[in-house]
Amino acid sequence: MTATMERSATGTGSRDDFGRLVRAEWTKFRTVRGWVIAMVIAAALTAGVGLWAASGPQTGCQPVSPNGPIGPPAPCKPSNPVGPGGEAVSDSYYFVHQAMRGNSSITVRVTSLTGRRSPPGGGLAPGTDPEQNFTSGIQPWAKAGILITASTRQGSPYAALMATGGHGVRMQYNYTGDTPGLPGTVSAASPRWLRLVRAGDTLTGYDSADGTHWARVGTVSLAGLPATVQAGPFVTSPPWIQPQNSGLTVAIATFDHVSIPGAAQGTGWHGASIGANAQAASSLPGMFHAADGTFTVTGSGDIAPAGPGPANIGEPADDGFAGAFAGLIVVIVMGAMFITAEYRRGLIRTTLAAAPARGRVLAAKAMVIGGVTFVAGVIGAAPVIPAGTRLLHSHGNYVFPMSALTEVRLVAGTAALLAITAVLALAAGTILRNAAGAITAVVALTVVAYFFSVPLAVLPAGAADWLLRVTPAAGFAIQQYVPAYPQVNNVYTPQHGYFPLAPWAGFGVLCLWAAAALCLATVLLRRRDA
Amino acid sequence: MSAALHAEWTKLRTLPGTGWLLLGVVAATVIISATVSASMGCSSAAACHADVTKLSLTGTYLGQAVVAIVAVLAVGGEYATGMIRTTLAATPRRTTLLAAKAGVVTAVTLVAGTLAVLGSLLAGRLILPGHGYTPANGYPVLSLANGTVLRAGAGTVLYLALIALLSLGIAAVVRDAAVAIGAVLGLLYLFPILTQVAGSPGVARHLQQIGPMTAGLEIQASTGLRSLPIGPWAGLGVLAAWAAAALLAGALVLRLRDA
Repeated sequence: MTATMERSATGTGSRDDFGRLVRAEWTKFRTVRGWVIAMVIAAALTAGVGLWAASGPQTGCQPVSPNGPIGPPAPCKPSNPVGPGGEAVSDSYYFVHQAMRGNSSITVRVTSLTGRRSPPGGGLAPGTDPEQNFTSGIQPWAKAGILITASTRQGSPYAALMATGGHGVRMQYNYTGDTPGLPGTVSAASPRWLRLVRAGDTLTGYDSADGTHWARVGTVSLAGLPATVQAGPFVTSPPWIQPQNSGLTVAIATFDHVSIPGAAQGTGWHGASIGANAQAASSLPGMFHAADGTFTVTGSGDIAPAGPGPANIGEPADDGFAGAFAGLIVVIVMGAMFITAEYRRGLIRTTLAAAPARGRVLAAKAMVIGGVTFVAGVIGAAPVIPAGTRLLHSHGNYVFPMSALTEVRLVAGTAALLAITAVLALAAGTILRNAAGAITAVVALTVVAYFFSVPLAVLPAGAADWLLRVTPAAGFAIQQYVPAYPQVNNVYTPQHGYFPLAPWAGFGVLCLWAAAALCLATVLLRRRDA
Repeated sequence: MSAALHAEWTKLRTLPGTGWLLLGVVAATVIISATVSASMGCSSAAACHADVTKLSLTGTYLGQAVVAIVAVLAVGGEYATGMIRTTLAATPRRTTLLAAKAGVVTAVTLVAGTLAVLGSLLAGRLILPGHGYTPANGYPVLSLANGTVLRAGAGTVLYLALIALLSLGIAAVVRDAAVAIGAVLGLLYLFPILTQVAGSPGVARHLQQIGPMTAGLEIQASTGLRSLPIGPWAGLGVLAAWAAAALLAGALVLRLRDA
């Protein structure tokens, strides 16, 4: 402090001068025992609550047959297949396939695509026809088309060209890729011709309404595709999902003009239900019937990325970050007190006498409180994913896999969320000069705004999304770790871990709030007498 | 005691912030309640299952935070300025002092809470029928003549008063407005967030039963009373127990510690 006073007395605001200011603020922070203890508590709460959330009981599950549950609920370890990118995927469909060697192509004409769905609240009927209560209706993302895959093992790399129930022709590949082709639905009067051409690792999809005029839909490269691949028509249909209810569906498609150049016409086709025995039981076994070169194929399931929500099994691993809320309240108190305690004790006058450049004082305070909080946040958040995932696994729970990069983003993002919120609280404390008011304001804008949108869930979805877009609570989006895919029918709400803004965009909204509050605080600090 | 009450009333009344904060309690509660009422929609009797009494009082979730500020500042403000030493010199009986503070804070909270609840219910009464919540769809117009609505409304006023007492007790224990408000808000809002991530439904239910806000606000429930984690009055009793414990701890440390 003495050094700072001497330097500032000489007047100029050099970089070195600012370093001394930061050091002075750091000294103030570390010498108040209560503040250091509070930071330790913030880190401990972040980690402790997160691990507590992960230490839930084992998920039981019941073996299911097409006629309903069989046997008592038993401990089991349900899991999703893993796609080529390391992400969790759904991979169940009915596949009529044969081996395709080297560079070749497959062409089909789809002449109809219809579907049936289970009744609300009920799945399968007992007896010989489990689907007897189903009603007709096609899912928008029911898929019928042609597929080239490295193998029939779940999670294999693939490319597919398909007609869908409500989204026109699509070319999809490796679970996450999706490119649109011809719009419209399939009927006998308006069939869809589909062609996939292989050249080395490159697969190109073409579609046509008449079999004469072809348009390229997309080209994808599947690295390391074996010389012999499995190719043929496939059909699948995802569960229908509403926020409160869901059920199984099937799709029935008719194919003709099925040809692979060089392969014998109409022979050598094998039908298989891929993934129909999965414990997830989100698909039904399919079947196929061939007559005079016309294939009628029934399939159920989905070939798509999987994420938390009613469409899939599994725990969102980011539940573990609920601990950040406990930590958040502590750092908001800390951030506000870092300035209001100076007003309360009259220390602010000494501080401003020593460093008359008031904007720099505030900047130094923001750096210190933000930096300290970030470090505490990293210490608190880092153990949550590895230890929490281990705890969940040890209880037989499935956790969606995530890449190391996502894991780093979650830990650093949670720490940054705490740090920027502490800076926002510092700015609010400077503006209001009243700790209780500043703390309540920031808690209301972050924790309470989140509370209104997610756990309370009284607001209609639109209003809740709006709150999570414009309030600092948008920053919680940084904790989303599975993206929402438009080509997957799921309930994309914050309750299931999907935020209305992208992770960094949401975090940006929080940063804008902090920056605006700091600007206002600087102006007021300069204008007002301390 | 009446002198102590008079002194506390003078202190609270003459602070310029008190009036604004009490106005804030009413405004926060009514604005949020009215917004939630206006965002609801019900097209037919089968399509909507809403507890309109509870929803029209949603603003309580925010209003209580402002009530907590009023109560916390009544104690924390005196410690911040050193006024507490003058106060204790004038009123050496420390339990009497805390009782007097509790009395005036409860009184102003009851007044602000009553206005907030009446405003919220009036907003619900005016707004909800226009959004499909009509007697034809099975939703009678909100009225205090209805016993359940009266219980929810009067209970919410009591709820806010108990939140004030809880905050006052915590502030007396920690003697710092900033730490006290952090502790109160943490205690209120963390329980529902923990409930959401609790591993098992049983643990979640227990958390809802012991949380001061989750249990206390069951007083607003008007439908599905059988499936509540805790009954309306029992829930308010849980909050009362929290408030009593906080006040008791506050009275104890106030007597035992130097100011």
